[in-house]
Amino acid sequence: MTADALLDVRAVTKRFGGFTALDQVDMEVKAGERFGLIGPNGSGKTTMINCISGTLANDGGEIAFKDVRLDGRKPHQRTRLGIARSFQIPKPFRSMTVLENLGIALEYASDAAPGQVEERGMAILETIGLAERAGTNAGALTQIDMRKLELARAMATQPELLISDEAMAGLSSTEVDDILDILFRLNEGGITIIMIEHIMRAVMRFSTRIVVLDAGRKIAEGTPDEIINDPEVERAYLGE
Amino acid sequence: MRMPALKLSAFWICAAVVALVGALLTIFDVVVINKFIFFAGYVVLQYVVLATAWNIMGGYMGYVNFGTAGFFAVGAYASVVLYNLIEAPLALMIPFSGVVCGLLGLAMGYLTLRLRGVFFAIATLAMAIVLETMIINWDYVGGATGAYILRSREMAPFGDYVEFLFFVMLLLAIFAVAVARGLEISKAGRGFIAIRDDEIAAECAGVPTLRLKLIATTVSGFLMGVAGAPFALYVGFIEPSSAFNLVYAVNAIAMPMIGGATTWLGPLIGALLLGTVQQVATVTISSELNLLIVGVVLVFFVIVAPEGIVGLLRKWLGGRRDDR
Repeated sequence: MTADALLDVRAVTKRFGGFTALDQVDMEVKAGERFGLIGPNGSGKTTMINCISGTLANDGGEIAFKDVRLDGRKPHQRTRLGIARSFQIPKPFRSMTVLENLGIALEYASDAAPGQVEERGMAILETIGLAERAGTNAGALTQIDMRKLELARAMATQPELLISDEAMAGLSSTEVDDILDILFRLNEGGITIIMIEHIMRAVMRFSTRIVVLDAGRKIAEGTPDEIINDPEVERAYLGE
Repeated sequence: MRMPALKLSAFWICAAVVALVGALLTIFDVVVINKFIFFAGYVVLQYVVLATAWNIMGGYMGYVNFGTAGFFAVGAYASVVLYNLIEAPLALMIPFSGVVCGLLGLAMGYLTLRLRGVFFAIATLAMAIVLETMIINWDYVGGATGAYILRSREMAPFGDYVEFLFFVMLLLAIFAVAVARGLEISKAGRGFIAIRDDEIAAECAGVPTLRLKLIATTVSGFLMGVAGAPFALYVGFIEPSSAFNLVYAVNAIAMPMIGGATTWLGPLIGALLLGTVQQVATVTISSELNLLIVGVVLVFFVIVAPEGIVGLLRKWLGGRRDDR
């Protein structure tokens, strides 16, 4: 692995019974990078994210974050190491307010002292643009606000790497720009971001480097321009 | 989020007043009342402990334990074992039963917490049945025929022994409620609620879900065991079918549901209310009516007030929800 790699994925394999969801995939994300992970439906993107965040255990290969082996570590331990993720289908803590949602992450995964939790939570909500919803019950949010809450709660864990799993699916184009702005801002603040997305306009604009998965294998890697012109990628998306 | 110091002491003042009133009634007999009140009150308070213990897992964390009777009975039989071994006093039985059931809770946690929802509930029910079968076949504690425990008729300075047991159970109830409340306003308590809302999201937010679940099963088991510890002394005779009675499991679930499962106050209100109604009905109508009452009241609350009495009160007080 290269010296400046933050996340190093080596030959990761994941099988579900007889079905191979990830087949020896290599991937390297550098510190500060905006990294895009794309591929057709069922290509293994979310499985990869689950293996990195620890909600699934990989069957083969190894994953290292800041030179620390992740295999065998529980998701909450990985979160404390600095890996945060949002969920494709938002999973808010529904019986809590928006601010309390962040409070959980701040208390359990950040270095915030008990007296700072509220203040730090509000600061994150300001950045994400959810401040006026702080006291709202999380279950009562609109779709876009739930996506923002996903990102805000991930940010509350004080991550170095933020994995955004289809945070924009189903949103209108102004809402997509809204989320993109947030992710750009977080990246400028020094957070490495992996974006999984189907909305090509968003991924191409956002990413500095992209990896394409198809049927569990990596079929291309490069800058957005290289990916657009890659015949293999075109075939995966559009067929022969 | 921050608890004012005033609110904290208000709870303890209430607890102290309740304990004092209990002492005045049992030790000094300030008001002469029918002894049956203590006999029935003991059962109600026992349910306060059981419902509170159940709620730590079922209410805060969303894991429905159907094995309350199992824990309760193991607590009761742990006392019998200690009695048979060294004729231990109640003061030793209570912590011993608590520790045994705490360990049982820990073991149950390890074995079953991969299960969720209805599967977890069935596993806990099965555990209670397995335990009952073991006790039935264990002659040392009386097996299927049961065992007598001789208790003294009187206990200074309480006078009647039942008055003494009533006072002990009152202290245990205060202890259980204090533990539940302490957990609820702690970091662990907020973690419990995150687990109930979404376990995977909780884990990814840094919550050590397995450790918190084991803390909950252990504390909950400990409290249930403590509730069962004086049982044999209270009845004077213990047999598996009474100690493992499903009524305990049903009541321990119904009471928090009726009172409101999201806060420590819920099981307390539910147990006092439903427990008292059951005791009154036992005397005035028939002892068989208990479960029918539970069923009807439960159905009523599930339809009319799914968040229990506490939920209703909150709604009436203006829908505030940040009063924890």
